[in-house]
Amino acid sequence: METLWFCLVAVMVALYVLFDGFDLGAGAIHFLVARTNEERRQVIATIGPVWDGNEVWLLAAGGTLYFAFPLLYASGFSGFYLPLMMVLWLLILRGSAVEFRNHIQSPIWIPFWDFVFSAASLLLAVFFGAALGNVVRGVPLDDSGYFFEPLWTNFRLGDHPGILDWYTILVGVTALLALMMHGSLWVQLKTADAVRDRSARVAAWSWWGVLIFTGLLTMLTFSVQPQVVANFRTWPVGYILPALAIAGLAGVQFELHRGKELNAFLASCTYLLGMLTSVVFGVYPMVLPARNPAYSLTITNAKAGDYGLKIGLIWWVIGMILAAGYFIYVYRTFAGKVPADAAQRADVDSDY
Amino acid sequence: MGSAVDVHRLHFAFTVTFHYLFPQLTMGLALLIVILKTMALRSNDEHYNRAARFWAKIFGINFALGVVTGIPMEFQFGTNWAEFSKTAGGVIGQTLAMEGIFSFFLESSFLGLFLFGEKRLGRIGHWVSAVLVFIGSWLSGYLIVATDAWMQHPTAYHVLPNGEIGLSSFWGLLLNPWALAQYAHNMLGAVQTGCFVMAAVGAFYVLSKREDFYGKTFVRIGVYVGVIAAVLQLMPTGDIQGKLIAEHQPVTLAAMEGLFVSQEGAPLAILGQPDVQKRKLDNPLEIPSMLSFLTYKKWSAHVRGLDSFPESDWPDTIELLYYSYHVMVGLGTAFIAIMGLAAILLWLQKLFETRWMLWLLMLSAPLPYIANTAGWMTAELGRQPWLIYGVMRTVHGVSPRVAAGNAWFTLLGFMGMYTLLSILWLFLVYREIEHGPEVEEMPGTESPALVEA
Repeated sequence: METLWFCLVAVMVALYVLFDGFDLGAGAIHFLVARTNEERRQVIATIGPVWDGNEVWLLAAGGTLYFAFPLLYASGFSGFYLPLMMVLWLLILRGSAVEFRNHIQSPIWIPFWDFVFSAASLLLAVFFGAALGNVVRGVPLDDSGYFFEPLWTNFRLGDHPGILDWYTILVGVTALLALMMHGSLWVQLKTADAVRDRSARVAAWSWWGVLIFTGLLTMLTFSVQPQVVANFRTWPVGYILPALAIAGLAGVQFELHRGKELNAFLASCTYLLGMLTSVVFGVYPMVLPARNPAYSLTITNAKAGDYGLKIGLIWWVIGMILAAGYFIYVYRTFAGKVPADAAQRADVDSDY
Repeated sequence: MGSAVDVHRLHFAFTVTFHYLFPQLTMGLALLIVILKTMALRSNDEHYNRAARFWAKIFGINFALGVVTGIPMEFQFGTNWAEFSKTAGGVIGQTLAMEGIFSFFLESSFLGLFLFGEKRLGRIGHWVSAVLVFIGSWLSGYLIVATDAWMQHPTAYHVLPNGEIGLSSFWGLLLNPWALAQYAHNMLGAVQTGCFVMAAVGAFYVLSKREDFYGKTFVRIGVYVGVIAAVLQLMPTGDIQGKLIAEHQPVTLAAMEGLFVSQEGAPLAILGQPDVQKRKLDNPLEIPSMLSFLTYKKWSAHVRGLDSFPESDWPDTIELLYYSYHVMVGLGTAFIAIMGLAAILLWLQKLFETRWMLWLLMLSAPLPYIANTAGWMTAELGRQPWLIYGVMRTVHGVSPRVAAGNAWFTLLGFMGMYTLLSILWLFLVYREIEHGPEVEEMPGTESPALVEA
């Protein structure tokens, strides 16, 4: 039962990264692909109706984590207190930017929110990557089941690591590159003209960055977290997950060459999914590894009562089917490219 | 204010109080927008669609602020209240996760469609999306109230061997009698905020001699729905809440009412300042025997005062609890008077000539916000010194490793951030009201995603 919930939470986190990942990525490349006010409006319009729903995956994943593994939620969230609060502030700023940017047409108002949107998106991508890096590296848990990590100590992987050390910074940079690629593929898919062409260029060079950093990070991870090596040795079937990631990354390049924008975006989703599931598979059965392995939180010592987990499964399945239905409906309704210029726009929303 | 517990309490209180400024309006407006859309559908009058679009814009601003200030709430259970989350997560995590999965997905998906897809959806489809946004937001309210109700009146749980609390009945948690009563009372409060704001905007237009049709429509809907909500707020929902508190949290009742001494035929304090040190009420204005009657329907009934309970079980901020409760009840009573009088004038077709009444409606807009906030403060201060009533004390619920200094750091950060959001909120909402419902979207002023619609 707890293994099942471990997988379900992992799936929800992965879906969060796939969905909110493309709008974070779109934010990070905002200034790279869009030069004029009109172009920037176009980039934001590609995520306008969906970013809020995408962010709900974070809340839904957090809530599910809360009731399925209360100790993990309590220990992890209080231990990562400072970076989480900063993530919250960035989410507040970013949400405000997307929603309020177009309320006033002013050369002060719009560039201000464009900057807030892009900077917050970029920092969020790095923070989420660094958070993942912390989980893989392990945190200074002790026998109380709690820890508190400062933002940084000496940037080394000792017994008293900070949120930021060389390994987690590396994961943060990789995450940023991966989401930039993901976001630029999305923007490319949803736009035409100059924004589309610039997005294609960002996608092309960030792809190489992702390739190099993924390779580097994978090698380093085997030495940072020995459990990963052990798990792949014990269950060789797990190699299917990194294979998925490699196939996805190769697929991005392949589909871009064929000019299939949707397929390239989906290949990028596959890459992210493969990477995340590889990490999750690698640390199983730990949910939060400790620097001292004796104190690690595992699915067994962090899980909630059995009755709650059983009953939760019933409503979770119902709820997820409903949510999937809404998502499919919304994405179909807003399918297609976002028109570039004002004339076309006036045409499409003539009823306003 | 020195200990970490106090800072963590202030942290949660500040962020949740600010957050609830937005959902109370959006939950109330969601209902009123459904009413407007229904009128549009039935009358085929385009004015009602314009009116709905106008309120949808104000709804959108408030919804966005509700979302960005709501995300920190879900995180803070873990960041600041780790021991509580560890102990009770198996129970309250259920309702919190269900909120995300059942209501936020519904709400966010159909709000996007409602705001940006009017043309694509057609008349019926657009009405349906308004109804689904309404259902999503009210469902969200229920699941949060059910979470709080479990902390007020824990049911359907058992203690596991490792000391954590496990759920023992799903329906017992969801249908907690406390949750049903609290939900009805809370949602009526939200409807009143929606009604007072709508009526105030309407009165502003009528007094400014502009947007004639819309001004009068807003006043009418706000007043007619508002008077019903104001009455139901007191009777029966407020009354039922009071009885639940008398039965399950008698010490809270004593503190709320400022009743220091147990007595038969206890008086109801209307005004007065509690002096907890001397255990008396200064300058009391009381109705003799009224508290006994309201609580037990018997004038001579014995009501337990604070002296019947050990001091360690007293709520720790009796003064603030007393004032919160009195502010809530006082404003609630005033709302019945204001909305009742306005409804009578409407019925006599004299309201739009009665300028002082329109002024009163316009200036009353902030009052339901104060009343709702005071109501929640009564509930949460009244729960003290317990985090889970009778099960876990507040001091035992905080995160053991998060020092007061770190909590102050982030509290100050939130204060700064929310000051900016407040300014932004007032500015943007004022702009929409100033533009009015008749002004069509200028090219380039619409919300970003209108581009696709």
